[in-house]
Amino acid sequence: MTISTKNSPKEAFLEAIANGLTPVKFTGIKDRAISLLKEEGLPSNKAEEYKYTQITKKLEGAISNFSEAAPAQLTAERVANEQIPGMDADVIVFNNGRFAPELSQWDQEDFRIAPLSLVAEEAEAKGFGKIAKLEKDPFTVLNTTMFQDGVFIEIPDGKVLKKPLVLLSFNQSVVGQTIFPRVFINVGKNAEITLIEKIISLDDEAYFLNDVTEITVAENSHLYYYKVQDQNRQAIEVSNFETDIHRSGTFTSAVISLQGGMIRNNLSLNLLDSNCEGNMYGLYLLNGKTHVDNHTNVDHIKPHSESNELYKGILADQSRGVFNGKIFVRQEAQKTNAYQQNSNILLSEDAILNTKPQLEIWADDVKCSHGCTAGQLDEEALFYLQARGIGKEKAKGLLLYAFAGQVLEHIKNDELRDYCTQQVAERLGSEF
Amino acid sequence: MLSIKNLHASVEGTPILKGINLEVNPGEVHAIMGPNGSGKSTLASVLAGREEYEVTEGAVSFKGIDLLELSPEERAREGVFLAFQYPVEIPGVSTTNFLRTAVNQVREHRGLEALDAVKFLSLMKEKMKLVEIDQKLLSRSLNEGFSGGEKKRNEIFQLAMLEPTLSILDETDSGLDIDALRIVANGVNQLKTANNATIVVTHYQRLLDYIVPDYVHVIFNGRIVKSGSKDLALELEEKGYDWIKEEVAGTVL
Repeated sequence: MTISTKNSPKEAFLEAIANGLTPVKFTGIKDRAISLLKEEGLPSNKAEEYKYTQITKKLEGAISNFSEAAPAQLTAERVANEQIPGMDADVIVFNNGRFAPELSQWDQEDFRIAPLSLVAEEAEAKGFGKIAKLEKDPFTVLNTTMFQDGVFIEIPDGKVLKKPLVLLSFNQSVVGQTIFPRVFINVGKNAEITLIEKIISLDDEAYFLNDVTEITVAENSHLYYYKVQDQNRQAIEVSNFETDIHRSGTFTSAVISLQGGMIRNNLSLNLLDSNCEGNMYGLYLLNGKTHVDNHTNVDHIKPHSESNELYKGILADQSRGVFNGKIFVRQEAQKTNAYQQNSNILLSEDAILNTKPQLEIWADDVKCSHGCTAGQLDEEALFYLQARGIGKEKAKGLLLYAFAGQVLEHIKNDELRDYCTQQVAERLGSEF
Repeated sequence: MLSIKNLHASVEGTPILKGINLEVNPGEVHAIMGPNGSGKSTLASVLAGREEYEVTEGAVSFKGIDLLELSPEERAREGVFLAFQYPVEIPGVSTTNFLRTAVNQVREHRGLEALDAVKFLSLMKEKMKLVEIDQKLLSRSLNEGFSGGEKKRNEIFQLAMLEPTLSILDETDSGLDIDALRIVANGVNQLKTANNATIVVTHYQRLLDYIVPDYVHVIFNGRIVKSGSKDLALELEEKGYDWIKEEVAGTVL
């Protein structure tokens, strides 16, 4: 099905919905989303939240077909190529946003997995659609209107997953189509899980990936979440990842953006109760015209919770980096500790960086700090390395690698850390 | 080995060195002394190739090579080593990793095989003893959170690892207590051979009790105004720099 592009992306999406199959599940939430899309549309170039990352305009230029992309040709071999070397993992494959059980491989003892459409009522009862709130982001709205199916994963109470759960997301669109993955994960009490998401392009064509992931982390459970974005230079992605952390739960993430066209990552963390901890790390290595925007949001709701945040970027050529870090500390959330840092190295005069900390603190007995830096490589450090015989290019690589390493060291999984370290070292022209 | 002829250098248009002449031969230790702001550290930096300094006149030849034509890393590979007055802190780079890269780049230049991890570690252990430096310190980020003494010891440790032909110690003694000073001097003395040479830039005579120089030169206002034996350093210690300034003023008149 081809949808005309004479209209705005909003109109085109609405046309696609009207022409698509009428979904029998999730009708309530989808109806709400459709009316929101009709009323609010997609962000205009004046929208505060998207003013540095004009996705709507980008979509107008890059996407020629607003219907959902059909599954691509994907072989087991291709899937195997994308595995993290040396990692024993449960692997769930998404082919253009659709769960591909025939290419996935997991231990049934570890967790329960089902297409969302088969467990719709259960998923809604357990919080589906309520964690990533429609009012919060127009692309959550868009995904909700468009997704055909998704995946529900449940980690039972007390389960400590020994193997990481890897979500391999393969994306390809021959005619610049759209892809709408939807994931809902319910982590039981006293459980522990490492979730790794790897976003891959199958070729160099443009596509629009609009993913929404919702996760509940029940009492005293621990979630490690890592995302590696290694897409083609035309790819457009807007992701909404939102998680509810219950009492004594912890969350640690690292979002590593290596390549893409225009990427917007919305990462939201709701620390619902006392003794919760959230750690968010991010690294973006940008060159060419790549544009990566990380919007993070931490909500401290009850007393005695902690959050730490460190995002680092290296920007070359005409790339653009955006960081926006929101921290809310509600009135009741006394004794909150919240720290945020965004540091950047700009290697080119044409690279652009927009960084903004945004703290809203309603409690009076808290420790919060934030900082952002943007600068060039430290010339004195460079001279020091050169004076020891290290060539200038190599010395630059070493300094950049060290800068990036301060994010990578927070990846707890050894195989993934090694993999990311190698990818980053290759990009920066230094090997260790 | 090193021949400096009529060297002039300036920083942002301000002349600092105004005609330095110096000959250094293998096996020699030269001390360069002088009051603050006389140009001592500038000379050290110019020899190492720091970019902010512009050489406006003169020549420097090192082992017959035109040193001024070389980049800082090429000078280091040829065997020039500068122990920094203010060693730089580099977060995220461990001393071990950094030195392994440096040693292997220098070895590559000299046509030697790269050292593997095992060989590198055993070389490191051997050299660590020279400056009584702890291995834990070396696995930490380079100079980050090191005390002043630890940083200076780390400089001498790097010197030991890189085995330069010409070592330039830029005020390595400043800020060191007597124990640290002894350790540092001891390291330098043990590394001395008939084939290498050392230039010790210092403000204080005290270091020269431990590293005994063959020659002492006094820099004042960008020129070497007096040269002598180690006794000159003692004289400076006793009488300060004022008499030198007066002597220089006298000759101008």
